[in-house]
Order: sequence, then C-alpha cells, then structure tokens
Amino acid sequence: MKLRNNAIGLSIIVALVLQIMPMPSIVEQYRPDWVFLVLGYWALALPERVNVGVACFVGLILDILLGTSIGVHSFAMSLSVFVLAANYQRLRNYSVWQQAVVIGILCALYNLVVFWLIHLLTDIYFILTYMWPVVTSMVIWPWIFWLLRRVRRQLHLS
Amino acid sequence: MNSIFLRGPSLQIKLVFALAMSASLIVFDHVYDGFATTRVYLNSVVSPIQYLANLPSEMLNASASRLVSHQQLVEENAELQHNAVVLNGKLQRYILLQEENDRLRRLLNTPVRGDIRKEVAELMAVDNNPYSHQIVIDRGAIQGVYEGQPVIDDKGIVGQIMQVGSTNSRVLLISDVTHAIPVRVARNNIRMIASGSGSLDDLIIQHVPHSADIQEGDLLLSSGLGNVFPEGYPVARITSIVRDEGRPFAQVNAAPVAQLDRLKYLLLLWPNNLVGPEQQNSGLEQ
Repeated sequence: MKLRNNAIGLSIIVALVLQIMPMPSIVEQYRPDWVFLVLGYWALALPERVNVGVACFVGLILDILLGTSIGVHSFAMSLSVFVLAANYQRLRNYSVWQQAVVIGILCALYNLVVFWLIHLLTDIYFILTYMWPVVTSMVIWPWIFWLLRRVRRQLHLS
Repeated sequence: MNSIFLRGPSLQIKLVFALAMSASLIVFDHVYDGFATTRVYLNSVVSPIQYLANLPSEMLNASASRLVSHQQLVEENAELQHNAVVLNGKLQRYILLQEENDRLRRLLNTPVRGDIRKEVAELMAVDNNPYSHQIVIDRGAIQGVYEGQPVIDDKGIVGQIMQVGSTNSRVLLISDVTHAIPVRVARNNIRMIASGSGSLDDLIIQHVPHSADIQEGDLLLSSGLGNVFPEGYPVARITSIVRDEGRPFAQVNAAPVAQLDRLKYLLLLWPNNLVGPEQQNSGLEQ
C-alpha cells in the first residue's frame, strides 16, 4: 500500500540519481535526460497527478543538484512537460515509436531552453555534442515506457 | 479514474505561474545573488541524493580494493616506498632552501612567508552539466571550507570553491567559461590572465601583445594577484601561439597542468591560514 502511494516519487528520485551519477567522461555526453523521460511518462499516463507543478518542483531540485542558477531547469522542465500534459489524449494513441519522436523533439526543446537561459546568463558557446541526450533519450523512451507501464499496471496506479 | 477532464486550475494558468516563478528565481539568484546563503541549506537538503548517486562507484571502488592480489600490493608498496625516499630527499633540500630564504628575507626586512594550512579532500561527484565545469568534494563548512578557497591536486591548480554546503562543497574548475586566473610565465615573469574555454584541456590567454616573449611549452604559475590563489602553483603549459598581425592580440592557448578529467584526491589550501570571508571573489567573475 505504501509503495503504491510513493511509486511516482520513488521513480522520480531514481531518475534524479541516474541523472547526477558520476560517469566516465566518454559516456557522459550521451547520458539521456532521465528526469525528463520519467516525468514525461507520468504526464502522459496520469496527467491529473503529474503535470506542470511537479515538473517545476523537480526542476528546482535538479537546479540545486547541478549547480545551475536556480530556476533554469524548472523553467525548461515545466515548459516541455506542459506540452505533453496538454496533448496527452492525442499522444497516448500514438505508437511507441511515434511517441519517441515527439519525446525527442521535446527533449531538444528542453535542452535548448536550458542552453538559451544559461547563454543569457553567461557566455557559453553552442557545441553540437550538447544535443546527444536528445538522440539517446529518443532511443531509450520505448524501454522507459514499457518499464513504467508495468510498474503502473502492477500497482494499479491511477 | 477521471483522466478525460482535469480538475484544479487549468494547465495554462499553472504553466504561466511556473514560468513566471522560474524566471523571477533566475533573476533573483543570478542578478542579485539572493541564494548565496540559502544554497548551503539547499545543498544539504539534496545531499542524500548525491550520496545515493555516488554509492555504486564507491561500492565498485571498495570491491576493487578488496580484490587486489598480494603481488600487486607488494609492488605498489615498493613503489610508494621508493617515492617516499625520493620525495624525502627533495624535502631535505627544500627545508634548507626555505630556511635560507627566510634568513635572506629577514635581512631585507620583508615579511617571512608562513606555511599554508592544507587538507586532503576527495572527489564526490562530477557535474554532468555540460555548460559549466564543477565538481563536488567531501569537505564543507564544518571543516572550515569557505567560498573562494583555492583547490589544487598533486600537479597544479584545479579551481576554487564556489558554493559551500555543511558537509560537501562545489568547486568551480579553472576551465569553466566564467573562470579566470591571474598567472605569470615561470621563465620571465610576464603577467597574463588565463580564462577557461569550456573545454577541460584548454585555457585561453587573453590580451597578450604580439611582442610578448612567450614560447610554446612555457609553464604558467599562479601570480598571487587577485588574492584568491596563493603565488607559485603551476596552472598550465602553453600549447599554441598564433601571432596574426591582423588581430589586436596574439591568440594563445594553454593546457591545464592539473588533470581535470581524472581528479580523485584534492588538496584544499588556507592561504595565510586565515579562515574567513575576507578574501573572496575577484577571480570568480572576470
């Protein structure tokens, strides 16, 4: 019963851990946006429980963990999760691969918004490797989708 | 289950609210630096997640150190003993030189340089934020770490403390785009400023006149100007000089001496043994 109530929170914490876990610098740039993927799944599956508010809050935690100016990730995260939560009825009817493409596009939006905001604050330059997470997130989405759907059905979350 | 119609305030209102809040937080944090004191608590609140994320690599390290063969240990021990003898030999010379230097300084009536308090810290996490180069170390305010404190490794300067938590703190590396460090050429004491480029193995030396006497391979030491980094620690080695007369300055690049991509043990310095907020920033933002 307890697990049922905390499953969403736990999955988000696991995503946060995966997001900040130290990795060798070769693998580093290919790290998918775990937090965005998990929030994206819940926003599609249970939009009345996970939507812009949760995204904004998790974005703030991400800001503290990553050491960026507070507000950068919450801005980008709320924006991309909003698109998912606003169109969940349409997106649910897509096949998993079509969803993956949509997730990839939103992931690009998320990464670009983070880049633009930080670009406004400091003078960083755009390098194409910043966009690798878009590709890896897209590839990993079907598996995240399958895993979290099993969790949701097993625990009868609604 | 009611997933056809959403209850509560509509999504658009939530979005506008979230975006407005994030934007004002960014302005509050970045422009007014309003979270400077709260960050300590915020970092402490989220530090369990950091410890959790660090766990797998620590477990790997622990099991790896358990599974070392006797042969390897003997070899390592021999090598360390060899190193200790060599270093001690050098140290004898160093003590002699230091005493001589102190005597000469006393003769010249200049203040004698004291020893600097040092403490070893260990790397906890490397930020995967590709836009800025920061690492997290396992020392914090409890151990007397303060903002703007210099951090070095066994080769050279690594960076400076950017945010302090109670048990961990965040180091801004010298290769970060917002970081710059005053340096001088070891060979002839020409003063320059080495700014980070955003790439771990490259620093940009700005505003170097074409006529400056520098060569590829020159070692750059910290100059001690700016009162953040103590004088005389190795920073970088010059890798390329492009003297294009069409440009106002020569383009000079240097590679950091410290191995920024494979840090493990770091050394925190307390210049002048002072633990206090007096000697901050100046190097942090150019």
